[in-house]
Amino acid sequence: MATVETRDVRKHFGDVHAVDGVNLTTKEGEFLVLLGPSGCGKTTLLRMIAGLEDPTGGEILIGGQVVNDLPPRARKIAMVFQSYALYPHMRVFDNIAFPLRAQGVPRAEIPHKVEWAAGLFGIEKLLHRKPRELSGGERQRVALARAVVREPAVFLLDEPLSNLDAKLRASARDELQQFQRRIGTTTIYVTHDQVEAMGLGDRIAVMQGGKVRQIGTPQEVYDEPADTFVAGFLGSPPMNLLEIPDCLVGFRPEHFLPKEAHESPDGLLALKFHISRIEYLGADRLLYGALEGKFPDTKVISKLASTVSTPVQPGKTQDFAVREKDFRFFDRETGLRTRPRPV
Amino acid sequence: MATLERDLRAPAAGRRFGFVLDRPEWLGPLMIAPAVLYIVAIVGLPFLLALYYSVSDISMGRRTLGFVGLKNFISVVPTSKFQTSLQNTFVFAIVSQVLVIILANILALALLKEFRGKWVVRLLLLLPWVAPISLGTIGWLWILDSIYSVINWTLEAFGLITADGWPMYLGKPYLAMGSVITVHVWRLLPLATVIILAGLTSIPKDIHDAAQVDGASFWRHHFQITVPLIRPILLVALLFGLVFAFTDMVVIFVLTRGGPYDTTQVLASLAFFTGIQGGDLAEGAAIAIFLFPLLLAVAFVFLRIARRSEVT
Amino acid sequence: MAAGTGRRWGLRVGHFGVVGLFTLFTAFPFYWMLVTTFKRTSDLLKRGNNPFVYNEAPTLENLRVLFQETLYVRWLVNTTLVGVAVVVITLILAIPAGYALARLTGRWGEQLGIGIFLTYLVPPTLLFIPMSRVIGDLGLQDSLWSLVLVYPSFTIPFCTWLLMGFFKAIPRDLEEAAMIDGLSRFGAFVKVVIPISVAGILTVVIFSFTLVMQEFVYALTFISSVRQMTVSVGVPTFLVHGDVYFWGSLMAGSFIASVPIAILYNFFVDRFIAGFTVGAIK
Repeated sequence: MATVETRDVRKHFGDVHAVDGVNLTTKEGEFLVLLGPSGCGKTTLLRMIAGLEDPTGGEILIGGQVVNDLPPRARKIAMVFQSYALYPHMRVFDNIAFPLRAQGVPRAEIPHKVEWAAGLFGIEKLLHRKPRELSGGERQRVALARAVVREPAVFLLDEPLSNLDAKLRASARDELQQFQRRIGTTTIYVTHDQVEAMGLGDRIAVMQGGKVRQIGTPQEVYDEPADTFVAGFLGSPPMNLLEIPDCLVGFRPEHFLPKEAHESPDGLLALKFHISRIEYLGADRLLYGALEGKFPDTKVISKLASTVSTPVQPGKTQDFAVREKDFRFFDRETGLRTRPRPV
Repeated sequence: MATLERDLRAPAAGRRFGFVLDRPEWLGPLMIAPAVLYIVAIVGLPFLLALYYSVSDISMGRRTLGFVGLKNFISVVPTSKFQTSLQNTFVFAIVSQVLVIILANILALALLKEFRGKWVVRLLLLLPWVAPISLGTIGWLWILDSIYSVINWTLEAFGLITADGWPMYLGKPYLAMGSVITVHVWRLLPLATVIILAGLTSIPKDIHDAAQVDGASFWRHHFQITVPLIRPILLVALLFGLVFAFTDMVVIFVLTRGGPYDTTQVLASLAFFTGIQGGDLAEGAAIAIFLFPLLLAVAFVFLRIARRSEVT
Repeated sequence: MAAGTGRRWGLRVGHFGVVGLFTLFTAFPFYWMLVTTFKRTSDLLKRGNNPFVYNEAPTLENLRVLFQETLYVRWLVNTTLVGVAVVVITLILAIPAGYALARLTGRWGEQLGIGIFLTYLVPPTLLFIPMSRVIGDLGLQDSLWSLVLVYPSFTIPFCTWLLMGFFKAIPRDLEEAAMIDGLSRFGAFVKVVIPISVAGILTVVIFSFTLVMQEFVYALTFISSVRQMTVSVGVPTFLVHGDVYFWGSLMAGSFIASVPIAILYNFFVDRFIAGFTVGAIK
């Protein structure tokens, strides 16, 4: 068991600053998710922790020890790749046994350990197959078994679910979390999928432009975004942003409801909403349109749960409202959160 | 498995050098070095020697070698033998390559279509390229024989020539040249065809479909869509063909030995007859050096293609 | 409708004709070798005989002469020995070089790779003169070792280039997984990359061997005694001596040394072409 720490870690490819000064510390046994759009540096950061890339600057610590100069094999880590990277010329058994053999585990212990790892993921029956004879979900389990088998101090996972179809992904997510809780190994998980991040992470580090924008529990990053990027990146659809004289004010689409749909009329800010289009999504409806009155022509979105019975119609202007405590305020220049003020 | 264990122990046991196995900046050069050194020793050094020999007075039996400046060139270049060879080299290379590219295009288009027995056809088409060229040429020597040529027998059987009017394919200057060119085309056609075919198959089917929907005729389709798209590939095929045709001496050595009266002599064969059989290494080297500018040109074009394909 | 089918039939016949003519052109010499192999010399050398049919009964005499009265078998053995040695040298040098160029060297490796490939285009006819002197000084004249030494000069460049392409096509993830699983970079190359590149390595073996069989200029220059010759030189120089042409044996010898390797080559031809097209197609 160990923690991972990065101290001002940088990676520059020529003029491109892929990772630009990242400070992160995991807690013992934590499931930390690195979340961000493609090109934000999350995978590069993970690869530096694994030792597959050399940092341009900064230090990486695993279990309190600086590992910058250690090759990947000496870092006591295991990694699951997006492609799973199963060795195509080896049977499943040999794939799982590979790290053990590579580390010189006595030959007699290997079958026992392989069976233990396979048992964790229910793939005992597949041990004699070649990777090409496996389904996507089975490959993912093999990759996980190969990662667990030598009981690493840290797990690194690089979008391990992105090659599964949507249905499988949900159940794999569930299994992955249960498994991590059970073995309690510190895990760093890279994804661009916010649903995955919210569902899996003890904490989420939201990255953009090579920097960590915010790190916190799923609730924190969703409810209290540190800046406009996080506010816009998390949530689907993203947070609505309005310009007021000295700052930006944001509110979530699900907080932007018809006036009568709010529980109490107290502390509401009323807004005239001209609905131009409605998307029916089953559990929710998305209302696209623009504000009128105080914020003319500002495009906003409202998300109504199907439990909201107020009739809404495209082409009409209706009375909507947001609770004042649901407003979030951001500095217009820096995009950072600022103190609340009257709207 | 033993090696696996050794790998792991390596950093502990041989700590001083174990890091080499991990660092790309050490491992890379170390892994390339043997191949590069071999090539430098076996291609680079002889190449420099070739340059030096051409300005020396080296010969087969002599151990000494003195610098004589451009003497070899001055004595070789004005000879009619050399002039003819130079001219022939260009005629052979260019005529055969024009024919090869045209024929290979037609053949590649024909092969684009799937048909039964394609595998066997492809094998038969590739034979001239894969078989040792000296042996293939022996086959032609027999086919073009002055007395027993099967071509002449067939022509006579169809009444196209008379029994005493059999052409001497290898004995008459123009016919000999034509024969050598034919064998070159025969030999280089397969390579050009498969290269062009690879280019043709790499064009996405959508593009052909779009052209068809847009109502392009066969010829417009071919010359305005297909040919421009495979131009880099055509160039590659042409380059290889040019290099092989320009520098080859095997066909001529086996078929005509440069005859009759040096009318099929080329630089490569002349260099051989002068330098190796005649024993005058210096003059031979001077002749061979004339192949070099062409190679430079080819290398230049080649680099441009390689660079462009990197960008796109 | 009728015009349509007529046109389609026309195209079909035209297509068949084009393919047929070309095949005739490329394959006829080999067919002719085969026919001649079994003809009696008296049949061959009688003007007026229809050359397409056996005017006299077919014979195995030419093959008997080839195998028993000439050094043909010896030449085949020589060629194989040189081929095996050259293949081994090529693999030892080209596999690490190809991998390094594909993975370890980045930008300058790319330039170097193109540079190495270009040396493949340097023809023997430019180098054989100084080379003959070097071989002489090394005391390798008239020895098969001279060929073993020199042939890698053209097998290594092309094979390095081919292998570089193969290695580039292997997902990086595999090597990285192996490194995390406990191997060094070199260990990952030996234990993971090489085993999954067997097809590529086999291609290189066939290609090198074919090049060795085809080579003529160096063999002609370095080897003068009949016992040391390779097939490609032995057949055209020794079986054609003076004015006496042993056509039957000549054709037999040419056919036997040409066609089997061609069939083998055919299995790999797409991979060679990928090398020849030099990234001009994606």
